[in-house]
Amino acid sequence: MNDDHGSIFDGLAGGDSAQWAFGTDFEDPLAGVDTTVPEGVGHAELAAYCLMLGDDALIMSQRLTEWCSRAPDLEEDIALANVALDLLGQARLLLARAAAADPGVVPALPEGSPVPPEDALAFFRDAGQFRNVRLAEVANGDFAHVVVRLLLFSTARLALLERLAGSVDTVLAAVAAKGVKEVAYHRDWAGRWFLTLAQGTEESRRRLDDALAGLWPLLAELVTAHPVELALARSGAGVDPATLRADVDAVLGQVLAVSGVPRPPGGESDGSVGTGRDGGHTPALGDLLAEMQSVARAHPGGLW
Amino acid sequence: MTPRERAVEAAGRVRDPEMPMLTLADLGVLRGVEVGPDADGEVVVASITPTYTGCPAMATMRDDLVHRLREAGFPRVEVRVVLDPPWSSDWISERGRAALRESGLSAPGPARRVSGPVPLTLGPARPAPACPRCGSRATRLTSEFGATACKALYACADCLEPFEHVKEI
Repeated sequence: MNDDHGSIFDGLAGGDSAQWAFGTDFEDPLAGVDTTVPEGVGHAELAAYCLMLGDDALIMSQRLTEWCSRAPDLEEDIALANVALDLLGQARLLLARAAAADPGVVPALPEGSPVPPEDALAFFRDAGQFRNVRLAEVANGDFAHVVVRLLLFSTARLALLERLAGSVDTVLAAVAAKGVKEVAYHRDWAGRWFLTLAQGTEESRRRLDDALAGLWPLLAELVTAHPVELALARSGAGVDPATLRADVDAVLGQVLAVSGVPRPPGGESDGSVGTGRDGGHTPALGDLLAEMQSVARAHPGGLW
Repeated sequence: MTPRERAVEAAGRVRDPEMPMLTLADLGVLRGVEVGPDADGEVVVASITPTYTGCPAMATMRDDLVHRLREAGFPRVEVRVVLDPPWSSDWISERGRAALRESGLSAPGPARRVSGPVPLTLGPARPAPACPRCGSRATRLTSEFGATACKALYACADCLEPFEHVKEI
């Protein structure tokens, strides 16, 4: 039964290196996919938009990955790793799509570097070049923090992906249609834990309230339009995040009501402050990238 | 057999790296096998789709397809990724579902289909599946996420064994 996979160590002894381990031989995640940019959609704008959505997924995935071996029990550890993996998959496709739409966004590496464009984007950009929302980057806290963060993030992302599945860009549409199925599980997980912590002990409720108060103001960035998002929405390739508000409000309102948690005040920023979409980040992103990028930058000619 | 029939048969024997009781065809990730001429001769184009976007087994699936097709006498093989339509657990074949059960896994029920926004589910995502070992319905969810992206974890209250359920998506 294991005839295809019973001898991976043969590769280490000089066989086919593609068999060493999953991912050892890097694959273009868009191999064979038509990446022609639709007429009427700006190449640079499409790339910038894909970086926004891809960076959201990548940075959120990295924060979730930091939870590995630290969750309250094994099942939740596995859950967080699974969510991180789904988001990493979305990030790979979106960064590859950005690079295919406008190769100019990919950092220049020494000639002959084997680093594929998606990795160059992930590992060789500095904090100011990342376009993720700040909600994704703030440092991890306790378990209530990751539950609240994932609830806010996945609620907005699911509402976004549901609309993006109708994009005129067939790659974005496909990534979104697939992502809907995944992020629905992420949101349900976060919603169930929110309810559990809200109705658990005084201590779990106190921690939940603290996390909610700290993270709620960062929700606005996910439902406030950036000019690039507006341009993409006009061309039919993207979604104006302001159109997500009603759905996001409804879902979060449902979770808060069932949990008996009052809605925190505010949350509607005027969008005039510098945001992650413009490369304005908190120091936490620099710390995250220093760890995430250090190995790749130490070995720019490395093959992973 | 025609070259295409030979290629389809060879590709159809490749098993999933993470659930080796299933072939890629049974799992529904093998979306097509075509044999065509190109400028340099005969080329096989096999198309696969990931079960989940982050599936880490795609490169292994591709390599296994290339190896099996080479063994079957097709030196030139191209494996393409198909993203649309997204994979659904509904695509697992009847033979695949039987193989899952024989291996102690619980096969997925019908995937939920919604038009409009996906409803929030704060209760159980599905009726508890029967234990694939003893058939008991007294099972409980231990985690909606498992050892691979496509599985949830359950435990049976009667035979006390844990088991994996392939999730509906």
